[in-house]
Amino acid sequence: MTSTAVHSADAYHDLPRLMGLMSGDEKHGPAATSTLDALWVLYDRVLRVSPESMDDPERDRFLLSKGHGPMAYYAVLATKGFFSESLLPGFGSYDSPLGHHPDRLLVPGAEISSGSLGHGLPLAVGTALGLRAQGRTGPAVWVLIGDAELDEGSNHEAIAYAGAVGLERLHTLVIDNASATHGWPGGIASRFAAEGWSTATVDGRDHQALHEAYTAPHPGRPHVVVARVEPKS
Amino acid sequence: MDTMRERFTSTVSRLLDEDPRLAVVLAEIGVANFAEAQRAHPDRVINVGIREQLLVGVGGGLALTGMRPIVHTFASFLVERPFEQLKLDFGHQGTGGVLVSAAGSYDWPAGGFTHMSPGDVALLNTLDGWTVHVPGHPDEAETLLRHAAAADDDAVYVRLSAHGNTAPRDVTPGRFLTVREGRGGVVIAVGPMLDNVLAAVAGLDVTVLYATTVRPFDERSLRAAVQAGTGSADVVLVEPYLAGTSITAVNDALPDLPHRVLGLGIGRRELRRYGGIEEHLAGQGLDPASLRERISGFLSR
Repeated sequence: MTSTAVHSADAYHDLPRLMGLMSGDEKHGPAATSTLDALWVLYDRVLRVSPESMDDPERDRFLLSKGHGPMAYYAVLATKGFFSESLLPGFGSYDSPLGHHPDRLLVPGAEISSGSLGHGLPLAVGTALGLRAQGRTGPAVWVLIGDAELDEGSNHEAIAYAGAVGLERLHTLVIDNASATHGWPGGIASRFAAEGWSTATVDGRDHQALHEAYTAPHPGRPHVVVARVEPKS
Repeated sequence: MDTMRERFTSTVSRLLDEDPRLAVVLAEIGVANFAEAQRAHPDRVINVGIREQLLVGVGGGLALTGMRPIVHTFASFLVERPFEQLKLDFGHQGTGGVLVSAAGSYDWPAGGFTHMSPGDVALLNTLDGWTVHVPGHPDEAETLLRHAAAADDDAVYVRLSAHGNTAPRDVTPGRFLTVREGRGGVVIAVGPMLDNVLAAVAGLDVTVLYATTVRPFDERSLRAAVQAGTGSADVVLVEPYLAGTSITAVNDALPDLPHRVLGLGIGRRELRRYGGIEEHLAGQGLDPASLRERISGFLSR
């Protein structure tokens, strides 16, 4: 194991403590941590983004669409140096930049303001189109949504269009904790596959599987990774 | 003479050649008119299909990358249907763009109420920072569109109409134009309402201000016009969308001056009639004869 990997593993194991600064409790239920491993692997090993690169148009973009329950997101951003962990205890207070839904004008490192479900994927489509129109083929665009968020019809407008035009730089990460009341018969990935997306469904706690799914080639097609974690209830 | 929508297509197609920051986003409506521009700029003329939430979301995403989106469809599907997208995908993200609507309140009466959006300006009025242009002639539409496209990251709404005035006026974005002066009241005619208003007030001793930008509201010009009058300050608004939309703006312009305001425009009640534009204007009491009766009745009270 390299020293970087050791450091990275230490940082990962420190995330529950950081979340505890926000919740006052180091033990978190599965719902609060459903995004934790997927976010960690993405920020630690895949995204080309850092506090120094936030004004660089060539940076990768990560859009947290499922803005509800952002503690894991804030913990990862703090660990990666986007802001000090001293901000975490103020979570949700009047003077804090860290709300229960993130605001891009307040949170260093946040690409979008979210909270209302179903906005991130259309914004990500527009972001990918905007980068392409400027000849920036390098940056990857990632958006995280939840399986219940997929209920919102705006997602299906975006999934159909992005598949039809082969928006290759677009990546969707679906955290599936089986919280959609009416479920997704046939599986979530099939909804994307039907529109021409490249798909991978993996264990959302398995870091190696996540990494492989994130980095799988998908020429000419957008890519979805469905990360399955413990059911919400 | 071309229509405002035709002028929109020709103007924006030229602007796409000149300004690499601009991109047009469409949802089927208007696509055929932009076919040539799309061939020239395939990455900057985007048709998302009949998907209006995505239409606005894509516009917001383009703005996040530093581009200036020009988003176009009928007002019903641009403002009313994806209203939360306007609120969150632009304003809440701290970005802006140019929205260009067509069909407005009564442009296609035979199409019925599904294709009418008299509440569009009132809805945008609930949000912060939107500029609203309402041209009354294709030449004015071009002036206002060029100004909107060049307005940095401002959020701008341009309300095009099939209804307009016979002659263009030399309008300045953001300012009311004094078309005639009188001393017994001030009538503000918005965009396509000017010809009917001028016909209605013939022989009356009133000032007519022509408004092609209604947000921000040109308070200075209104105050000057009111203060030049005699007696009580009477203001009549004639707007081609929901009646009374700008009454609050008039009140805000005159906080220290006792005044009366009459807000004329489109009623909330559906006419449930088809037919043509002239018939609908009469049905809404916005034809010259009805306007004269309503305006002079108000001023003589």
